[in-house]
Amino acid sequence: MTTVAVKPATMAQALGRALRDAMADDPAVHVMGEDVGTLGGVFRVTDGLAKEFGEDRVTDTPLAEAGILGTAVGMAMYGLRPVVEMQFDAFAYPAFEQLLSHVAKMRNRTRGAMPLPLTVRVPYGGGIGGVEHHSDSSEAYYIATPGLHVVTPATVSDAYGLLRAAIASDDPVVFLEPKRLYWSKDAWNPEEPQAVEPIGRAVVRRTGRSATLITYGPSVPVCLEAAEAARAEGWDLEVVDLRSLVPFDDETVAASVRRTGRAVVVHESGGFGGPGGEIAARVTERCFHHLEAPVLRVAGFDIPYPPPMLERHHLPGVDRILDAVARLQWEAQSR
Amino acid sequence: MTVMEQRGAYRPTPPPAWQPRTDPAPLLPDALPHRVLGTRAAERVDPDLLRRLYAQLVRGRRYNTQATALTKQGRLAVYPSSTGQEACEVAAALVLEERDWLFPSYRDTLAAVARGLDPVQALTLLRGDWHTGYDPREHRVAPLSTPLATQLPHAVGLAHAARLKGDDVVALALVGDGGTSEGDFHEALNFAAVWQAPVVFLVQNNGFAISVPLAKQTAAPSLAHKAVGYGMPGRLVDGNDAVAVHEVLGEAVARARAGGGPTLVEAVTYRMEAHTNADDDKRYREDAEVEAWRAHDPIALLEQELTGRGLLDEDAVRAVREDAEAMAADLRERMNQDPVLDPADLFAHVYARPTPQLLEQEALLRAELDAEAGRPEDEPEGNAR
Repeated sequence: MTTVAVKPATMAQALGRALRDAMADDPAVHVMGEDVGTLGGVFRVTDGLAKEFGEDRVTDTPLAEAGILGTAVGMAMYGLRPVVEMQFDAFAYPAFEQLLSHVAKMRNRTRGAMPLPLTVRVPYGGGIGGVEHHSDSSEAYYIATPGLHVVTPATVSDAYGLLRAAIASDDPVVFLEPKRLYWSKDAWNPEEPQAVEPIGRAVVRRTGRSATLITYGPSVPVCLEAAEAARAEGWDLEVVDLRSLVPFDDETVAASVRRTGRAVVVHESGGFGGPGGEIAARVTERCFHHLEAPVLRVAGFDIPYPPPMLERHHLPGVDRILDAVARLQWEAQSR
Repeated sequence: MTVMEQRGAYRPTPPPAWQPRTDPAPLLPDALPHRVLGTRAAERVDPDLLRRLYAQLVRGRRYNTQATALTKQGRLAVYPSSTGQEACEVAAALVLEERDWLFPSYRDTLAAVARGLDPVQALTLLRGDWHTGYDPREHRVAPLSTPLATQLPHAVGLAHAARLKGDDVVALALVGDGGTSEGDFHEALNFAAVWQAPVVFLVQNNGFAISVPLAKQTAAPSLAHKAVGYGMPGRLVDGNDAVAVHEVLGEAVARARAGGGPTLVEAVTYRMEAHTNADDDKRYREDAEVEAWRAHDPIALLEQELTGRGLLDEDAVRAVREDAEAMAADLRERMNQDPVLDPADLFAHVYARPTPQLLEQEALLRAELDAEAGRPEDEPEGNAR
C-alpha cells in the first residue's frame, strides 16, 4: 500500500462528488436547477456533471423555482430521482407551495402508493457577505412541515455521506448546505471508499462534561471554537452536531445533556419560532431531573437578515455562546 | 469632454439584433370556438365514436346528479359538480391511451371515472375518509389537485421524464379558467414549451372561479391566446360539443405523441351548478344566464346529431340510461356504507419509516382509543420520557 498525499477537498467538491457518484450508480438520478449545467452552479457544486452525464440528466431549467420543483415532482412520479438545486435560501420561497402541498404530502395523501424520492438542495445561512435575500436561515419553515426530512452537514465528510443518503432516500429530503462552509476542508479523503451517513443520527463532535452545546450546520465550527476557548474558563464543553433536524435524534441529545446537566442550543436562525425552542422543549421534557439550569438558546436576532456590513452582530459567535454558558447557574456548582 | 457630453457620444457596438423565433400566426387560436356538431363536418364523424361519447355523457350526467344527491344525504362532505361540462370531462378521458396520464383538479372526478376509475375511489377525497382513494399508477390518474394549477408542472415533469426514458406517454392536464391566473399555470406552460414535453393543457373555461367571472380574471382576447407567448399552439373549442373537444384534444395528443410539443386548449363551457353544494350562485349570477346555457347542453347537442342521423333509437337510449342508472345505484349503495377508518393510517404514510417522534404520538393515540373503548390500559406511553 502506498501513501499518497491527497489534496483535501472542500465541502462544495464533496457535494459534487456525491452527486456524481449517485448519478453513476443510478440512472434515475437527475440534477436540475438554475445554472447547474454549463456553469456548474453559482457555488460550482455541480461542476463537470453536465459534461459527464449530458444535459438530459443535468438540466439548466428556466428561472422559476415553483416550476423547477413542480416538474421534479412529476419526474419523481414517473420513477426518476430528481435532485433539485435552489440557488439561494430566499429564492426557494416561490417553490413553497409545491414543497408544502405536494412534495411533503404525496406519500401520505396516496396512502403510501406514490412516494416522492427527491432531494431539494438549499444553500443556506449567512456569513459570506451576501446582500439582501442571500443569507436566510430558512430551516424553521422546513422542519414545521411534516413529510419532509431536513438534513444539514457541518463537515466535508458528512456533506458527502448525507447527500448520498438523501438521494437514496425514498422520502423527500430538504438538504440544507451551509454556504459559508462550502470552501471548508477537513480530513475527508475523496480517494477512499465513501461512507453513506444514515439520516436521523446526531453525532458528538467533541466530548465534554460541563455542558452540551447543541447545534447544526454553519454553527458547528463556531461551537467547536467556543468549546476550545471555554477551556480557559475551566469549562469542558460537549458539542452535539444534530446533522438531521427531521428526524430528530432525541436519544443522542438527551444522553449528552443527562451526562452534562446543562445545555445551550446554538443556531443562526432567529430564536422566536426557531428550531431552538423545539429543541429546548424536547431536552427539558426528557432531562428535567438532570438539568442544573434552564436550557438556553443562542440564536440569530429576530430581525430580517441584516446587510453584510452588519451581519457579524447578528450571527452567534464565540463570545455570545460563552456568555450563555456563563449564565448556566454555576454559582453553587463546580465546573 | 465632460461626462455628460460623453454620454451622448457613446455608441456601443450592438450585439446581433434579437429575432423572434417563430411567426406567432400559426400558433394563434381561431377567432371562434371550433364546433363540429350542427355543422357539415359532423356527417363525417364515426358513428361508433358518437355513440360512445353519448353513452359516457349520459353516464357522466347521472354520476354528477348522484354525487350531488349524496352531499344532501351527508355521504359526501362536498361535491364540485361538473354538470354542463361533461363533454370536456368525457372527451379528456377518451382521447388518452391506457399508458397516458391524466392530471385532474378537484372538479374532474368524472374524467377519472370515465377513464375507468371506480367512482367510490374517485370520491374518497370528497367523502373525507382519505385524501386520494386510489393508486395513481393503476389508472395513471394523478391525485385530484385542490391547490389550483399546481398539478400542471407535475404533468410537464412526468411527460418530460417519460420522453427522457423513451416511453410513448402523453400527459393531459386539466385546469379551470381561474387556474390560468396562477403562477404555476405560467411556469408549467413555459417549462413544457422549453422542453417540448408531450403534454396537453385543457382549460375548461366554465365562466366562473367560484363567484368571479372571467372578465375579472384576465384581459386576454381568449385564454387560448396565452399559448402564443409560450411558443405553443392555442386552440379554442366549444366545450359543450363533445365531438369537437374530442377532435381538438385528439389532435393535440397526437401532436405531443409525435414529438411536436405541448398544446393549450381552451374549451368554452359553462358551470351549470353552483361552485359546490356549499355555494350560493344566486349571489353572483342571474337564472336567465344559466337557462340560456340549457339550450346548449352537451347531451342535447349530441342527441340531436344522433337522432337526426338515425343512429339512436329508443332501445339504444333505454340501454344507455339503464347503464347509467345501474352505475348510480351501485355508487349510492356503496357510498351509503360507512367507510372503514383506521386511525393508525394517520402515522403510517408520513414517511417510509415513521420517525421515533411519530411512533410516540401513535402510541399516545392508541392509548386514548383504548381508554375510549374501555380496554385495559397498558403502561401509559407519554411523550415525555
